[in-house]
Amino acid sequence: MQINQSLYNQRRRKNAAIMAFSGVASLIGLAVLVWILFVLFSNGFYALDWEIFTQDTPAPGTPGGGLRNAIVGSLIMVGCAVLISTPIGVLAGIYLAEFGDANKTASVTRFVNEVMLSAPSVVLGLFVFAVVVMTMGNFSGYAGMIALSLIAIPVVIKTTENMMRMIPGSLREAAFALGAPHWKVATMVVLRGARAGVITGVLLALARISGETAPLLFTALNNQFFTLDMDGPMANLPVWIYHMAMSPFDNWNELAWAGALLITLTVLAINITARILFRERVKV
Amino acid sequence: MSEASIEPRNAIEVRNLNFYYGGFHALKTVNLDIIERKVTAFIGPSGCGKSTLLRTLNRMYSLYPGQRAEGLISFYGQNILDEKQDLNLLRARIGMLFQKPTPFPMSIYDNIAFGVKLYEKLSRADMDERVQWALSKAALWNEVKDKLKQSGLSLSGGQQQRLCIARSVAVKPSVLLLDEPTASLDPISTGKVEELVHELKKDYTIAIVTHNMQQAARCSDYTAYMYLGELMEYGATEQIFFKPKRTETEDYITGRFG
Repeated sequence: MQINQSLYNQRRRKNAAIMAFSGVASLIGLAVLVWILFVLFSNGFYALDWEIFTQDTPAPGTPGGGLRNAIVGSLIMVGCAVLISTPIGVLAGIYLAEFGDANKTASVTRFVNEVMLSAPSVVLGLFVFAVVVMTMGNFSGYAGMIALSLIAIPVVIKTTENMMRMIPGSLREAAFALGAPHWKVATMVVLRGARAGVITGVLLALARISGETAPLLFTALNNQFFTLDMDGPMANLPVWIYHMAMSPFDNWNELAWAGALLITLTVLAINITARILFRERVKV
Repeated sequence: MSEASIEPRNAIEVRNLNFYYGGFHALKTVNLDIIERKVTAFIGPSGCGKSTLLRTLNRMYSLYPGQRAEGLISFYGQNILDEKQDLNLLRARIGMLFQKPTPFPMSIYDNIAFGVKLYEKLSRADMDERVQWALSKAALWNEVKDKLKQSGLSLSGGQQQRLCIARSVAVKPSVLLLDEPTASLDPISTGKVEELVHELKKDYTIAIVTHNMQQAARCSDYTAYMYLGELMEYGATEQIFFKPKRTETEDYITGRFG
């Protein structure tokens, strides 16, 4: 075979050029991420101390203070939202994965889910305001929790369905071949095999709602003080960051950076955990 | 026990079976018998309908809309193509093994126990016994007895397939359908599985689909040769291989095509 030298050289040059472009593009993306983390750390790191966790948000103008009420409020609302959205999302995901090809209800559900996934969170927040807050007559942690759930559920549904669909059909057939009823095949065999992926989906939903601000703006509102009562406005990190970052007070600005860093570290930790879980599954 | 004087019955009788994948006529008026406690092999070139035929016998096709069967398939006198047939119960009595080993994502013990727990209530001791019995029947007990808690996925390919055999056998079905069970195994594992088939046929009726003619000749008592959805010839294995009645059969057997 006679190899055309110039064609070969041309191809090698093209290959090198494209590899270089891809490399530069990745570096740019990575650089932006590193830059964000750097700015967050340099502004927020020295503001992170034990007082963040032991003291409540300070009144405007008063020095010191912490983020205790905001952290606790966020934990409660996010935690409850995950508790609500996981069963609903996983069950819906199972339904779509097992019956999704056969009927109209399933395809409509899937379509609606896709829309919900891309719905602006401020819209969802307003919706919950109109339906829950107006009905109850007051802002509340309950409303905040509901708004966050509405954001988390579509994420869980989508990942659960995708993970379950990755289980090969032969495994399903093997379970059916033993005479297992459909719900047992779905839960004891398919879901079990997709377990790690489904949990990853829940963790990703958790990471997503940890930082959502807009839905909480009109639902949980915010609270200067520490409270565990969900039937009233509740302090939460994202909204506090919003207020404090724009204020003229120095200690408030510092606290805003600290809060932002806290959220970022939490989301980072959740994503890393999700990765580790997922990798273990692939190895097996 | 004068077993020799008892006429073996037909475990399954297929009469005028027609099968369709949507509009495609995949099986054309198939008539055959599966005799109990014998091994019946389905052979034929790719696409001839042998797996399709096997999958009608435990109504596996019912999982997929658009696939339908017409005719009669009688399982010890019961027409399994009847709409009112309880599919789960049917599949507990007619087991199936697939080409690719399919261990469940659970421990070896739970893999075996899964099928048993569906229809039987056994005490812990009885279940342990059943698991051991099934694994011994599949010639796997000695290799896994010390690691029953380990995941089924941690076994080698040949071991996984034997695990699947143990799993099918544990529920004590009447019939075992094997769909090219050794196609993805190495020669040594293949040999082990074939030995198992020989052992298992003392207690179970077996139907096996195989691409490998030598395997059919080695393992089976009866052979059905299929071509393009039609049952070309069916009879005792010796007769099919040494004195085939039809030229089409002879052509296939002698390797003239397929």
